[in-house]
Amino acid sequence: MSELPQQLANGLILGAMYGLIAIGYTMVYGIVQLINFAHGEIFMVGGFGALSVFLALPAGTSLALALPIMLLGGITVSVLVGIAAERFAYRPLRGAPRLAPLITAIGLSIALQQAVWKWYPDGKQARVFPQFKGHSFDILGATVQRGDIFVLIAAPACMIALGFFVAKTRSGRAMQATAQDPDTAKLMGINTDRIIVLAFAIGAAFAGVAAVAYGLRTGEVQFRMGFIMGLKAFTAAVLGGIGNIYGAMLGGVVLGIAEALATAYIEEIPGMEQFGGGAWKDVWAFVLLILVLLLRPQGLLGERVADRA
Amino acid sequence: MTALLEVEDLRVAYGKIEAVKGISFSVEAGEAVTLIGTNGAGKTTTLRTLSGLLKPLAGKITFDGEPLNGVPAHKIVERGLAHSPEGRRLFPRLTIAENLQLGAFLRKDTAGIDADIKRVYDLFPILGERSKQASGTLSGGEQQMLAMGRALMSRPKLLMLDEPSMGLSPIMMQKIMETIRELRSQGTTILLVEQNAQAALSLADQGHVMEIGRIVLSGSGASLLHDESVRKAYLGED
Repeated sequence: MSELPQQLANGLILGAMYGLIAIGYTMVYGIVQLINFAHGEIFMVGGFGALSVFLALPAGTSLALALPIMLLGGITVSVLVGIAAERFAYRPLRGAPRLAPLITAIGLSIALQQAVWKWYPDGKQARVFPQFKGHSFDILGATVQRGDIFVLIAAPACMIALGFFVAKTRSGRAMQATAQDPDTAKLMGINTDRIIVLAFAIGAAFAGVAAVAYGLRTGEVQFRMGFIMGLKAFTAAVLGGIGNIYGAMLGGVVLGIAEALATAYIEEIPGMEQFGGGAWKDVWAFVLLILVLLLRPQGLLGERVADRA
Repeated sequence: MTALLEVEDLRVAYGKIEAVKGISFSVEAGEAVTLIGTNGAGKTTTLRTLSGLLKPLAGKITFDGEPLNGVPAHKIVERGLAHSPEGRRLFPRLTIAENLQLGAFLRKDTAGIDADIKRVYDLFPILGERSKQASGTLSGGEQQMLAMGRALMSRPKLLMLDEPSMGLSPIMMQKIMETIRELRSQGTTILLVEQNAQAALSLADQGHVMEIGRIVLSGSGASLLHDESVRKAYLGED
């Protein structure tokens, strides 16, 4: 069992990425009761945004110097696409039967994938994402790559900032009010259209951060990367209790760790030998989702609705 | 001199069903006006249209000399029209203090807001004692107090109250009605929608009786209170 710390670290890193993306699902759902199935692609375009910024910098720029600008680039592209999706795809359908925005989301998701595939230079293949060079770190018996340090800092920092924003700022208060009762929020003088845009923008920004983390970890970005990551992050949001921002992050971490542990240890269970290894990790993630839906449909933090926003 | 609120031939529909079929009335500054009538008469629809949550089919709404038609809901409260909606509609997971703060969402004068919150707590001491409690845990009467307090926090020129007595115990209802009377005597202009005709008419300057989308009878509160047909239809006498 000496590899346990390693598996936990892998799970945490993966889970932090899921959590960052899951925030976008949960915030939008909390405000407009819409599952934005194009959110995985909003994550994906952020990766290409960050890569484009890096490629535009003079050759030989150190990654440490480039990272803040890449992050800004990734966030900007994700946020612009997120806001455009709200404005042109979802807002015209507000008040329509719920199937309409759902189908629109799937259509948008395909459109964004194909746009990158067709128009991004060499977008048909995976594009190499810059990597940190140098030694990995040894943390509590686990080997952590340099690039993974990024998400381990970024995810908690984003969560703390979001928690502060929701609880302490005027716009955050307005966001809670809109989530709880949009009509009455309007009666208070809150421009709920702007709050909805803000929810999309924050969710997209977090997806942009996650995309940079993904690029640093896997060493590449490609047009299809939003599909499985989006699906996992959606699972994390449901697992944590959809609508609850802390639930989204918790769900992400739980899902990431469960996946890592299942991949490593399932095969040690007698009779389960053939289900071990990376090929089965998605299966275990969705088995976990099915179990939660059966046993605790409101999600892990579904009852702590006071934190919803 | 024109009235604070002027409603002319207002029509509102949900899809093809017309809920308000052309009503006209006005509210003078400093006055308390009530709309009474049974369920489905169109009273709540009227208020929701005035505050911009519903779009009228036709008709003209003038508030403080400016037309309100086409103005979005969040801009209407800015003009001084506050609406305490039917069923209180508090933000249940926010505290009493946070609900009151939201009532003052458009105001920037922190000192004035704090003073007004204190004023609400003076009006309803129980709210002050529980200011950190989630509003969803309050009793019906306490929620109604908070809903009224929250609407007052915008310092409205006109306060619209929708069914403040709904679902309350007789004692609590009396307390709420007394408070409305007190607000009125302090000079707050009030548009009150009620099913409890007796209570509403006894404190209103003007009353309008609504039936299936139309105003069928208008008069001073006192005269309607003594009107034969009103007594029969709404005050349970035969």
